Amino acid sequence: MNNLQDLEKFINSELTSKINNSFIKHDNMYITIDHDELIDVISFLKTNKKTKFRQLIEITAVDYPENENRFKIVYLLLSHEHNQRIIIDYSIKENDEISSLTSIFPSANWMEREVFDMYGINFKNHPDLRRILTDYGFVGHPLRKDFPLTGHNEVRYSEEQKKVIYEPVKLEQNYRNFDYESPWEGTKYIKEIKKS
Amino acid sequence: MAKEKKTLNLNFGPQHPAAHGVLRLILQLDGEVVEKADPHIGLLHRGTEKLIENKTYIQAVPYFDRLDYVAPMNQEHAFALAIEKILKIEVPARAKYIRVIFCEIGRILSHILNVTTQAMDVGALTPTLWGFEEREKLMGFYERVSGSRLHANYFRAGGVHKDLPTGLEADIDEFCNKFPKIIDDLETLLTDNRIFKQRNVDIGIVSKQDALDYSFSGVMLRGSGVAWDLRRSQSYDCYDNLEFKIPVGRNGDCYDRYLCRIEEMRESVKIIKQCLKKIPKGPVKTEDGKISPPPKKELKQSMEALIHHFKLFTEGYRVEKDEIYTAVEAPKGEFGVYLISDGSSKPYKCKIRAPGFTHLQAMDYLIKGHMLADVPALLGSMDIVFGEVDR
Repeated sequence: MNNLQDLEKFINSELTSKINNSFIKHDNMYITIDHDELIDVISFLKTNKKTKFRQLIEITAVDYPENENRFKIVYLLLSHEHNQRIIIDYSIKENDEISSLTSIFPSANWMEREVFDMYGINFKNHPDLRRILTDYGFVGHPLRKDFPLTGHNEVRYSEEQKKVIYEPVKLEQNYRNFDYESPWEGTKYIKEIKKS
Repeated sequence: MAKEKKTLNLNFGPQHPAAHGVLRLILQLDGEVVEKADPHIGLLHRGTEKLIENKTYIQAVPYFDRLDYVAPMNQEHAFALAIEKILKIEVPARAKYIRVIFCEIGRILSHILNVTTQAMDVGALTPTLWGFEEREKLMGFYERVSGSRLHANYFRAGGVHKDLPTGLEADIDEFCNKFPKIIDDLETLLTDNRIFKQRNVDIGIVSKQDALDYSFSGVMLRGSGVAWDLRRSQSYDCYDNLEFKIPVGRNGDCYDRYLCRIEEMRESVKIIKQCLKKIPKGPVKTEDGKISPPPKKELKQSMEALIHHFKLFTEGYRVEKDEIYTAVEAPKGEFGVYLISDGSSKPYKCKIRAPGFTHLQAMDYLIKGHMLADVPALLGSMDIVFGEVDR
């Protein structure tokens, strides 16, 4: 596939029933799929001669707490042969379990562990689903929008007990989140935002 | 009586000089042979992504310096490009050249650190002393342009913060004339060194297929013979006006990766020299007052400039609703920013794709069957920096 338009047509004709939406933006291809079709779509994109998306760049999630389908899961793939990138996404509810990609891409292992750690999303058939970036014994999922920026616990060395101890966060001053949303008159782009 | 097989669990790090930071590696050893390696990361996790979600776009830039802290400006570059693409800002030509010069300086900074500390891990001290002298000069350039040696905070969406100070171009040029000699000297110490070769040749071999499967990028990928460099294939800023070669390894072992890095430093010097020749005069940031702050002298006279200044440093600029992934070829591999903006002045989501994270993941796979003494050699050639692995 030499250009993105051809790729879009090809993917849409081959995977008609599995793709909900597709568009091209910023020289990348974006597609939205059903979450049951994940394994099929990704293995097709990886193995098909005309797509050859043989490298998984990243897996991540986005939290929209106000939506019924709270999390959007995003996969970024890269094709060296055709020099193209594709961004695949789908939405799930808070307690949905999703399939792991570790059987197709070994590198999905840590990426999924990170998503699990940060958002608390469970993966089916993952060989080793442990926390990865947060502390041993950590509670909560930090990148969820309802997790406070300061966290819950802080760590210090206690001179009395001669060891490192965990305590609830005590702040002398709360984190100040000022509201700057007053309209800045006379600029073009704010008017455009209001229209749309 | 049948001999019982005993394995030994060894805790490598988190405080180990060859762990290049705070890596806790739990090794399962059978005698001296590694059977399993389980890297425990996250000891330097600072919640960068969460913090960025709570800061304006201007305030988010310094966090990128603190990811891969040996080549800070390369990270800022990815973030700046993401915002520029969403807002469709035209970057002045001079700014593009300045950014490329400093990205290549960052590449040299990172490669000197890596090559020399890799040598130190396998027992050679002198290269570190020679190499760090040069890093000091390069960090001097960082300081002259941005005010700080490491955490530069210099790139902005729409250009760079300030123009180069007088005389800096000549000094960088002089450095470029002298530096190839230093690389030659380093090579006389290492390239044909018997001990260095014994410790690195045929250690940690990565095949082409493994490199693709494990999402490798940068030198880890090129060392295995895949000619893939984002500067060439998905060119950004002024890289398409510049001539440079992409060194590619053959065997994919630690030694080939070392050779790739040495050659890349030579290419970086060439790129900087070309930039210094071609760099035009002119502005260094976009003149759109909604994005970049007005010059200081205007603040005293122009009401509009004053308002712009105030709004930029309180509310920040707003970025329309969009979703984008941009990647740059950082010294360690593909560094990417996946940004979701929601029309406000703070990013809704900013996922940082760090090359070191995927490289370290393959540790278990690559080290299996090697000796314990090969662990530092492989770690060294993977070019791990914990600022970016843990974020």
